[in-house]
Amino acid sequence: MAGAASALFLLDIKGRVLIWRDYRGDVSAIQAERFLTKFIEKEDDPQSQDPVVYDSGVTYMFIQHNNVYLMVASRQNCNAASLLLFLHRLVDVFKHYFEEFEEESLRDNFVVVYELLDEIMDFGFPQYTEAKILSEFIKTDAYRMEVTQRPPMAVTNAVSWRSEGIRYKKNEVFLDVVESVNILVNINGQIIRSDVVGALKMRTHLSGMPECKLGLNDRVLLEAQGRTTKGKAIDLDDIKFHQCVRLARFENDRTISFIPPDGSFDLMTYRLSTQVKPLIWVEAQVEKHSRSRIEIMVKARSQYKDRSTATNVEIELPVPSDATNPNVRTSMGSAAYAPENDALVWKIKSFPGNKEYMLRAEFSLPSITAEEPAPERKAPIRVKFEIPYFTVSGIQVRYLKIIEKSGYQALPWVRYITMAGEYELRLM
Amino acid sequence: MSGHDSKYFSTTKKGEIPELKEELNSQYKDKRKDAVKKVIAAMTVGKDVSSLFTDVVNCMQTENLELKKLVYLYLINYAKSQPDLAILAVNTFVKDSQDPNPLIRALAVRTMGCIRVDKITEYLCDPLQRCLKDDDPYVRKTAAICVAKLYDINAELVEDRGFLDSLKDLISDNNPMVVANAVAALAEIQENSSRPIFEITSHTLSKLLTALNECTEWGQVFILDALSKYKAADAREAENIVERVTPRLQHANCAVVLSAVKMILQQMELITSTDVVRNLCKKMAPPLVTLLSAEPEIQYVALRNINLIVQRRPTILAHEIKVFFCKYNDPIYVKMEKLEIMIKLASDRNIDQVLLEFKEYATEVDVDFVRKAVRAIGRCAIKLERAAERCISVLLELIKIKVNYVVQEAIIVIKDIFRRYPNTYESIIATLCESLDTLDEPEAKASMIWIIGEYAERIDNADELLESFLESFPEEPAQVQLQLLTATVKLFLKKPTEGPQQMIQVVLNNATVETDNPDLRDRAYIYWRLLSTDPEAAKDVVLAEKPVITDDSNQIDPSLLDELLANIATLSSVYHKPPEAFVTRVKTTAQRTEDEDYPNGSEQGYSDAASQVADGAASPPTSSSSAPYTPARQPAPPAAAAVPQVPDLLGDLIGLDNSGAIVPADQSAASSSPPLPVLLPASTGQGLQISAQLTRQDGQIFYSLLFENNTQIPLDGFMIQFNKNTFGLAAAGPLQVPQLQPGTSATTLLPMVLFQNLSAGPPSSLLQIAVKNNQQPVWYFSDKIPINVFFTEDGRMERGSFLETWRSLPDSNEVLKDFPGIVVSNAEATLDRLAASNMFFIAKRKHANQDVFYFSAKIPRGVPFLIELTTVIGNPGVKSAIKTPNPDMAPLFFEAIETLLKA
Repeated sequence: MAGAASALFLLDIKGRVLIWRDYRGDVSAIQAERFLTKFIEKEDDPQSQDPVVYDSGVTYMFIQHNNVYLMVASRQNCNAASLLLFLHRLVDVFKHYFEEFEEESLRDNFVVVYELLDEIMDFGFPQYTEAKILSEFIKTDAYRMEVTQRPPMAVTNAVSWRSEGIRYKKNEVFLDVVESVNILVNINGQIIRSDVVGALKMRTHLSGMPECKLGLNDRVLLEAQGRTTKGKAIDLDDIKFHQCVRLARFENDRTISFIPPDGSFDLMTYRLSTQVKPLIWVEAQVEKHSRSRIEIMVKARSQYKDRSTATNVEIELPVPSDATNPNVRTSMGSAAYAPENDALVWKIKSFPGNKEYMLRAEFSLPSITAEEPAPERKAPIRVKFEIPYFTVSGIQVRYLKIIEKSGYQALPWVRYITMAGEYELRLM
Repeated sequence: MSGHDSKYFSTTKKGEIPELKEELNSQYKDKRKDAVKKVIAAMTVGKDVSSLFTDVVNCMQTENLELKKLVYLYLINYAKSQPDLAILAVNTFVKDSQDPNPLIRALAVRTMGCIRVDKITEYLCDPLQRCLKDDDPYVRKTAAICVAKLYDINAELVEDRGFLDSLKDLISDNNPMVVANAVAALAEIQENSSRPIFEITSHTLSKLLTALNECTEWGQVFILDALSKYKAADAREAENIVERVTPRLQHANCAVVLSAVKMILQQMELITSTDVVRNLCKKMAPPLVTLLSAEPEIQYVALRNINLIVQRRPTILAHEIKVFFCKYNDPIYVKMEKLEIMIKLASDRNIDQVLLEFKEYATEVDVDFVRKAVRAIGRCAIKLERAAERCISVLLELIKIKVNYVVQEAIIVIKDIFRRYPNTYESIIATLCESLDTLDEPEAKASMIWIIGEYAERIDNADELLESFLESFPEEPAQVQLQLLTATVKLFLKKPTEGPQQMIQVVLNNATVETDNPDLRDRAYIYWRLLSTDPEAAKDVVLAEKPVITDDSNQIDPSLLDELLANIATLSSVYHKPPEAFVTRVKTTAQRTEDEDYPNGSEQGYSDAASQVADGAASPPTSSSSAPYTPARQPAPPAAAAVPQVPDLLGDLIGLDNSGAIVPADQSAASSSPPLPVLLPASTGQGLQISAQLTRQDGQIFYSLLFENNTQIPLDGFMIQFNKNTFGLAAAGPLQVPQLQPGTSATTLLPMVLFQNLSAGPPSSLLQIAVKNNQQPVWYFSDKIPINVFFTEDGRMERGSFLETWRSLPDSNEVLKDFPGIVVSNAEATLDRLAASNMFFIAKRKHANQDVFYFSAKIPRGVPFLIELTTVIGNPGVKSAIKTPNPDMAPLFFEAIETLLKA
């Protein structure tokens, strides 16, 4: 299974090569271009939409970002997961360098792009994708210095994500616990799937090489330590750590210990598949009066405690594509018809717990209909919201210890927020 | 941090090259740097700037790292087209490889390895040797990969200079990144070599497991992938390995997780304790589920792999079916794969919920997804007997929606359900018949007709229904005609009244006299004869009880599944095909010198490229960079250059699909081997003589061909096509033969792939070939496939596993054959010869005065051959016995062994 990419291509939206790097000399740009343009032409054919495609002896794998395709080609049995993920990391690297990553920024920075393509991959093997460290020795014009740079120690160090010698006047850590609620409700109002995906997003402003230790109210850990806890302990289903966390140590005694990268990163993500009560419940009733009018009545109910408040609530209600002349009334917030999405979007700025709001909308329908009953696009009702200072799982950061040999005190700031993820109710 | 490089793309059209030349030679540093940037910009948009080679190389000696990198980039692209000038760069390279700055040392070695020019390669060895022992790990990690590059260009050189040993030493390096790259390089080299080069011992194993904790995420993937080939000695070792790998399941990088899963699954095969296995299954489930929150492309790879995993270990995700429910915004390719897994995980316990989902999907807008959802309902009905009735009622509800393609798809699957549960659900036929008029797809029509014929006795107006189809009989597609024919016969046998009798006359007439479809005609004649000679026999045949069907669609054969599971996360696991079915990478061969000239080839190859270059000049920003391989004035294509697809005439002729890989002709390799057998003599080929033979080199199968032109005219445009055959052998790419002048000849090595166009029927060594050219008619000839070309390099078995396999196979799988005329005079030489064909000697024993030899061999998809040869050395008579899971391959094996022993 040893195998690697033959070449990496950056192509425009029509499939023409913008910049490419040949790593092995066995796939040409003409070949790749011919493949992708052909592929884009038959976009409507769902049989051919896979992101991994074999064509004339070559496998192409690609992703799209804005108006750029990133694609690798290989003639071997290479690791598809690794190369596709690599392409996504490449997007992150380019975004770090150019802020906006699109066709224009590639052209504006082609020298740096070539330099990066040389550094992040060698002979088709992914090498190094830490944008922050890369930018220490591959710089854009404005920051370029005439002195010859050396590769930062970090590139080959065991701690490959942090350089030495970082200094801050004020040492701070910001920790955001963000939970996304995914829910799928079927036509009978049953919850058929619900889970919570949480992320501990960290932003560090710390000097030197700080050793960090994070304590959570993780049941396994607390029980192992034989502690009875005040408040509740929680079970996390599957935890994924940033590469800075010592996995073997966690496996041993559930301690989360690490030397963090500088700046923003996701320290860990976790999943909880326990049944959660939908935080915002929506009921809809659709009535078709005669053949020319449709009436929609919607009730939205918040099912969390009074002291919490959801903000920026957006409820997207699907309406028939041929509906016209909307007439909408709401008991709270405002609703706007978005014909481009065949939807009515109901926005409520602030939605306190245990409240119920109503919406009533009326549309005209054309009186003439097609004879063949064409299937309608059956979109679900989708809900977006944010609830600050609240987590569904009840996760708590018990401590974040930061030890650095210079002995400074660092302040950790912790924030909690719950958001709607894939929140779909197939109720209409 | 945005740059403004786009200004380099805008240049004055006229005299661009001379202008750049002047700037490149400017005395001012900044001007030179800008000029090089302009050159690279021109290269990027596909203009040919190879004529500036000397001027650009002159800028190479610089302290400015950015400029140096650009010049190096230029060299990588154009050195091939200017091999003689490339030598100018060597001095600077060698000097840079000793620079005090490690960044420059590494850059020099990295770039030299990318320049596939023999003259440069020679000078690479010394710097590489130094850099492999460099103090700086950044240089060492770059040098490690460079060894793999060099091996790809010149394997002998790598072995002669002892680089393999240096590379193996790097496995013990104290820097994890160096270790990871050394492992990647070694694994790659091993893949391209038939000799054991990189074998993981328990010692290296523990070193690598330690490095795993410290290296970058990509390095972890290299190491895990290499380690997954390691075979633990016993269950205990396997458990130890698994214990050290499981923490990787917590890694945020999905590729690390999948590779860890691969390794755990491999080791689990050895673990005997059911508790440990159950525990591991429990541990793997959450990480696999979490993969579904990744980016859609990664999800796709994960889903294709999960599909394999649940076939081997269904318990892992038995309770997680809900996570595969489709989200509204999932891309279609993710939805399709989720559906497939839902069918696999459907059980009596969860079927109600699953059906509700399928029903939901069946009313979406995407037609293909809808069809697949309907089909999924049918497959669940066939799989779960107790749920069949519920599935049918869902299908009936869907039919009532009266969406045309849903109805048709439903009828197709209901036919299968009838087949699986005969005489159970006929009550719904009336409902089905209501949709009769709307059917317009052949498969749906054929299915409906089958149902009417099968249950003719229960449908009062069956004759009317069938009759309505008969009017359009001649216009129907073959599939429908065949079903109509059979259904009418069934009707007649069940209701031998006047109406059906007239119908049968019409149908038989239509299906014999009026048709030119041989299948239809043959079937009709058989029915006709049966009906006219013995109607009772006809009943026995036509109305016979049918065997029960199962849902085996998308079930993978166990031995293939083994191979695919060993390849988790790789393309093989995405395609569900063994690697040899699609890997087409062949060694790029030595450079052709400039005076070799293929006028025809280059014309063909570059007309396209030339127009692109012209486009580029007109609208620089949008055109492609075709330049690196297509300098317009270069006469001969570089070895691995792009060759445009020629229209696939021959493919149309035989009606097969030619999946053309692009591979170079190998000019040198064939010349040293013994003469090839003549397959198309000049007398038959109007002066064209073709000799050919299948060979195996470095684990890849090639068709070695010799073309001799004894005609009076030049021949060109050669193409080749292989007919369906037992092993599905097919060309991995188009045939690469230059124009043949009268009286000249050409040899070529055509890479072959397996499992492409498999023929049915008993195994046969027959390989039928068609070759055409632009001047002559198509030539057909045949060859024999020697089965030993399939014997893989990994066919060696340990004595223990040989005995175990021998015992585990039933005696019915043993086949014997005598070769009374063959004499083995020298055992040593014979063993060597067999070993060269990947038949590995295992043991020898004396039996009376006879010597008995045991060998093992393996053909792709892991089918082993256990071989016993009995003979008296020096005396005529060899007895051969083989045991294999595929005993019907035995005749082919005997053909091959006979040739090998006679040689």
